[in-house]
Amino acid sequence: MSPVEFVNDLLNPDLAFLAKALLMAVLSSAVCGVVGCYVVLRGMAFIGDAVAHAVFPGLAVAFVIGGSLVVGGTVAGIVTAILVAVFSQNRRLKEDSVIGVFFVASFALGIVIISRAPGYAGSLQDFLFGSIAGIRDEDIQVAAGMGLLVVGALAALHKELVTVSLDRETARAVGLPVFWLDLALYVLVTLAVVVSVQTIGNILVLALLVTPAATARLLTDRLGPMMVLAPAIGGLAALVGLYISWSWDYPTGGTIVLVLTAAFVLAWMFAPRQGVLARWRLERVARQAA
Amino acid sequence: MSAPLVLAGVSVQLGGRPVLRAVDLHVDGGELVGLIGPNGAGKTTLLRAALGVLRPHGGEVLVGGRPVRPGRVPIGYVPQRHEFAWDFPISVENAVMTGRTGRLGLLRRPGVADWRAADEALERVGMTALRTRPIGELSGGQRQRVLVARALALESAVLLLDEPFTGLDMPSQELLADLFAALAGEGRAVLMTTHDLAAAIYACDRLVLLNGEVVATGPPALLARDTAAWARTFDVAEQSPLLRILEAA
Repeated sequence: MSPVEFVNDLLNPDLAFLAKALLMAVLSSAVCGVVGCYVVLRGMAFIGDAVAHAVFPGLAVAFVIGGSLVVGGTVAGIVTAILVAVFSQNRRLKEDSVIGVFFVASFALGIVIISRAPGYAGSLQDFLFGSIAGIRDEDIQVAAGMGLLVVGALAALHKELVTVSLDRETARAVGLPVFWLDLALYVLVTLAVVVSVQTIGNILVLALLVTPAATARLLTDRLGPMMVLAPAIGGLAALVGLYISWSWDYPTGGTIVLVLTAAFVLAWMFAPRQGVLARWRLERVARQAA
Repeated sequence: MSAPLVLAGVSVQLGGRPVLRAVDLHVDGGELVGLIGPNGAGKTTLLRAALGVLRPHGGEVLVGGRPVRPGRVPIGYVPQRHEFAWDFPISVENAVMTGRTGRLGLLRRPGVADWRAADEALERVGMTALRTRPIGELSGGQRQRVLVARALALESAVLLLDEPFTGLDMPSQELLADLFAALAGEGRAVLMTTHDLAAAIYACDRLVLLNGEVVATGPPALLARDTAAWARTFDVAEQSPLLRILEAA
């Protein structure tokens, strides 16, 4: 299918779900891209994965009782984030072990809960791998609102989050509430995950958090440009991924993630300063000069 | 008026184990004090208690005459170099500006006074020319200077430095030692831990020998002669090269 045909399909009123899916995918990728900068810079990929799994029991409860998926996922994710933050205070256990305990536990809880719902196999598939069909206008409104909230909170806490990320002890010494800032960041990651789960699914959402930000990090040494590049890369990959998935009838979530991965590999090869080719060229120039 | 930094009978336990026992220590304005002791002597713990991030089980810490509480009275702190995230994508000047984050408060952006403080701090450590460079590209000595500048940007009367000389070459050490002496000379109270005895004896106004408790304190020239106190602090034998270095100093 040519890009022109894809645009025609997007504008076709009979295929309205496609335009909504595109909007939702771009929105999710962009929001995850911004939060993902902190996930990548602070080595929080495992926490991102944990939160992504932790929202599952909330989604399951919401699904079973017919409530709001967004509210259910948010509550479950935040409860897990708080549990991890509190239990991590025990210095005998490293944070990643605590995360390992609670995220699998909440995922297991989700599986048990959703098995109570009739015909759960199909919905389980949707939760895990995402589904672009059936996105409603109000889903997009909620996602846009949550996205604004996340980006606004990150902007408001920017200098505090940077200060804590650089050096926790000094941040504590000048009186910054390090524990609450960590918790705020976990909550923002949770919100970004909840926004994205519907399109991309529970398992693949980690790629939205990590890959665009990691790609942006390869392209710049400044946080500001990184936080602009990451959502741009994420949004573009969502567009390209949806186009490919629509054209060849591939699963949307998986296709978007593969497009993102391709972008990451390209950046790794061709980044202007850090890329493999740039370094190889520099070395050759140095050798010739010697 | 009391000294800018006073520890009175400070005892600290970590995990039920006593690390500091009834430590009395004060640093006057204009004084550069070197805190010396073996690994595990409680040097970093003492600094953390002085910062107020660690609550002593006994005694009290006074900063500027008031009980210490993080954020109440600014204290410039230079952590060990490996405590800092050098892979974070930020420029030298922005890293230095984070020294003022606590002082600025929530939702406030740096203003003219903040940039002036950061500029002066960069100038003091000789990093003005490298101000836009990403911190990941700096050498060890330059990184240490960035940490010092970040602490100076806070414009505090008390400065705490945790092993600022470790892993640096001699020119970098001397540059920093002179800077610390000058900073103290302007009236600041400066306390630094170090394993570098030569630099400590050369630069400090007073040394404190610490091993769970204060073993001895005094001006470097006098204290260097009290080899028994050094032997006790470091638990070394009489023939130790450490004591021979002191005799040469």
